[in-house]
Amino acid sequence: MIAPVEPRSHTLEMPFAAGRSFLKVDRISKSFSRGSATTEVLREVSLGIEKGEFVSIIGHSGCGKSTLLNLVAGLTQVSHGAILLEDHEVNAPGPERAVVFQNHSLLPWLTVYENVALAVDKVFGSRKPRAERRAWVMHNLELVQMAHAKDKRPAEISGGMKQRVGIARALSMEPKVLLLDEPFGALDALTRAHLQDSVMQIHARLGNTVIMITHDVDEAVLLSDRIVMMTNGPAATIGEILDVQLPRPRRRLELVAHPIYLAMREAVLKFLYERHAQPALLAAE
Amino acid sequence: MSANANRPQLVVASGARLGASKPAPSVIVPLKRPKDSRWAFLRPMFVSWLTNILPPLIVLAAGLIVWELACSSPKSSLPAPSKIWTDSRDLIVDPFFVAGPQDIGLGLRVLTSLERVAIGFGLSAVAGVLLGALVGQSVWAMRGLDPIFQILRTVPPLAWLPISLAAFRDANPSAIFVIFITAIWPIIINTAVGIRNIPQDYRNVAAVLRLNPIEFFWRIMIPSAAPYIFTGLRIGIGLSWLAIVAAEMLTGGVGIGFFIWDAWNSSRLSDIVVALAYIGIVGFILDRIVAAVGHVATRGTQAS
Ligand SMILES: Nc1ncnc2c1ncn2[C@@H]1O[C@H](COP(=O)(O)OP(=O)(O)OP(=O)(O)O)[C@@H](O)[C@H]1O
Ligand SMILES: [Mg+2]
Repeated sequence: MIAPVEPRSHTLEMPFAAGRSFLKVDRISKSFSRGSATTEVLREVSLGIEKGEFVSIIGHSGCGKSTLLNLVAGLTQVSHGAILLEDHEVNAPGPERAVVFQNHSLLPWLTVYENVALAVDKVFGSRKPRAERRAWVMHNLELVQMAHAKDKRPAEISGGMKQRVGIARALSMEPKVLLLDEPFGALDALTRAHLQDSVMQIHARLGNTVIMITHDVDEAVLLSDRIVMMTNGPAATIGEILDVQLPRPRRRLELVAHPIYLAMREAVLKFLYERHAQPALLAAE
Repeated sequence: MSANANRPQLVVASGARLGASKPAPSVIVPLKRPKDSRWAFLRPMFVSWLTNILPPLIVLAAGLIVWELACSSPKSSLPAPSKIWTDSRDLIVDPFFVAGPQDIGLGLRVLTSLERVAIGFGLSAVAGVLLGALVGQSVWAMRGLDPIFQILRTVPPLAWLPISLAAFRDANPSAIFVIFITAIWPIIINTAVGIRNIPQDYRNVAAVLRLNPIEFFWRIMIPSAAPYIFTGLRIGIGLSWLAIVAAEMLTGGVGIGFFIWDAWNSSRLSDIVVALAYIGIVGFILDRIVAAVGHVATRGTQAS
């Protein structure tokens, strides 16, 4: 299935792939070295994402999903290859690639309002007058239904509410790409479903380009236009990409028995639990 | 103390005991609900007074009695409390009298010492937090500076005095410098630990927002490291107060430290004891003030 590929360095002068995507991940590899030991986490990952697309990344724990997302965010640097957003190379973090982290990472000494305002003031400080920025903060809090708690501190609101605020903070930067690292991983099923619906509505309304990491097969099928399935690490890469051709708007209850939905679900489950069940199986191939 | 203290309670008065030949029937006696008195709110205050203030008072009284007995003989080398009272009554009852250029109340002397501490400690707080931030943030600054800090911080405060007298050629700045150099090490070290402990998440947030170094310092570093910084400040203020008294003994002037030295030279032991009490109480208050400021300032900085 996966042919062993020699890692090779890639230069920008020779762009790979024919398509010119909005966001292009171009044969990137990522190795971490500690002392003399080097582990290759990602090898030759290539992916093109169009504007307005919702892409999920799914794979077993530790395969390198967060590593990939952090590379796109610019929080870490690629070892080989390049990431291009609108043909500009990504090599530093910035508000045009806003991240919602798995553990919300709101600043606990700021209120809900101030957490979002910090982002808004930084991104729009020079372009919008004060009153407009205030209104923009409130608008984004309303988008995730958190305006009522604007004066609370993160410690005083629930986990789901914190994630909402984290999403509001990311949206308020008007990012070109929204990066979600298991945004609902720590939430109970009900809150999760609720937030998934919120994210779907916001995506339908604003048409953002979204990359979301998830462990949850149903979540991936429900939300995504495409599902990127990763092989097991070390040296993980993209095993398969699934097109989810379900019509939008999607409604959870109507989909449960939809044949495409079921087929997609089965395909992802098969990939995860049959073909890439354990790293040991892969090594034996 | 107990949340149940004011609630009406049911008491089961049972005559039945193991082995009792004639078990009496159990009776349930409802207690009357205590009337809500206008002074009911005083109760918890009274209880806390009883549990927190009374024990040290008792120990203090006992100590005074033992001391009085131990030093009551006329041949005793140290003054008994009653003698201190008769000798130094003016110092005890009026902290702020002025009877001459060198004959002033201990409160005023403490204030001069506090002024020096305020300047020295203030400078060390600013410099300590900045240096601590540098050492905490930069690996190279840490490698270069940390070993030197670790050595310098073990130098006793008074060992700096001759050097600083030589450098400043004046008693007052020398004393302030000694305060500064004494208080700065715990502030640097604690701040650096606090900065190193800033969660990677907060750094990532700052990176995505592209905060510049000054914004990062004020918006992320200081609030995130505040609990550590205040620990350092609290240790620092305690050390400053230790150092000021020793420094003033040698540099002279009107501070509380010099007063002790002066009293020793003119054999006024009672005055020294009173001055010790002043120093202890002021040091305690300083510590509590920094702790209280820290408590207010670090509200809500704990991650959730
Ligand atoms: N900074 C780092 N230094 C060394 N190794 C790292 C580093 N970050 C990640 N790794 C390694 O890379 C691999 C992938 O980690 P990553 O966090 O991307 O996994 P993941 O797919 O997000 O897992 P999960 O689903 O559990 O979040 C792991 O084996 C991890 O040990
Ligand atoms: Mg992860």
